[in-house]
Amino acid sequence: MAPLPRTTVRDALSVSLTVGAYGVAFGAASVAAGFSVLQSCLFSLFTFTGASQFAAIGVVASGGPAAGAIATAAMLGTRNALYGIQMAPLLRVRGLKRVASAHLTIDESTGVALSQVPRGAEAVRVGFWLTGVGVFVFWNLFTLLGALGAKALGNPASWGLDAAVPAVFLGLVWPRLENTFLRVVAATSMVFAIVITPWLPAGLPIIATAFVAIVLGWRAR
Amino acid sequence: MRWLVLIATSALCLGIKIFGHYVPQRWLTNDRLQRINALIPIALLSALVVAEGVVQKTHVVLDHRLAGLAVALVALMAKAPFPVVVVAAAVTSALVYHLH
Repeated sequence: MAPLPRTTVRDALSVSLTVGAYGVAFGAASVAAGFSVLQSCLFSLFTFTGASQFAAIGVVASGGPAAGAIATAAMLGTRNALYGIQMAPLLRVRGLKRVASAHLTIDESTGVALSQVPRGAEAVRVGFWLTGVGVFVFWNLFTLLGALGAKALGNPASWGLDAAVPAVFLGLVWPRLENTFLRVVAATSMVFAIVITPWLPAGLPIIATAFVAIVLGWRAR
Repeated sequence: MRWLVLIATSALCLGIKIFGHYVPQRWLTNDRLQRINALIPIALLSALVVAEGVVQKTHVVLDHRLAGLAVALVALMAKAPFPVVVVAAAVTSALVYHLH
């Protein structure tokens, strides 16, 4: 086997460590939303896809129904299926290893893996597994720290936690706004969500905003 | 209710990931589906910014959170790293909360 490409390892580790910051925010926000430390950790172990986790606890925190929280999280998770379709032929693994690779298929592992394509098939695989496992370890470790921290701190508003959560969402959507059309989609969604807020039960305006994506994505540009 | 959200969210999100690794590639290569799927995270995350930043229950409420969000926006425009964005938003919001 060829030695590990050093740049691939560096990419994977730097991404894994950065994600730790989200983990602290998730653990803290989850406890602030009324989930226990154990529940917060189970979320990160088994859901293991950040945006969906934040969405689920966010809808619960805003007083929305369980179905709204679950549906919003699941819709945000659908992009992982498309990542899987891209990654499966590159990883070529079977059985339990394939299930493990599916669980580790998230924004970061797919992003690092696909960015290694010019360096060859081995770099793609190393990039995927290192980033996937690295993010998994740090994400779960930092979720625990954040959850324990929030439990010790008390009132979330007093520490600015209630503003940290929307800031996380803003930070998650920001790098996706690559062109004017995508910025229009984001702005339209925000306005749409505000306008329908008084008319729907809490938590549902979020999932209703998928309508904006369907309408604007229907026709080819 | 929280256990239900935890278990159902985990089952669905993991199921979706596994689905992607096992379906034949041609199933999800429809252009329209791909376009809409690319826009869904942008629409939902944008709605979540609003829902968590300026909404309480079913009312639009402008409070200390908006100050935090504004600082986060400025930090992102200045290309600040992610932890700086979140901490700056939290600190600003907490300050406004205590000054009130």
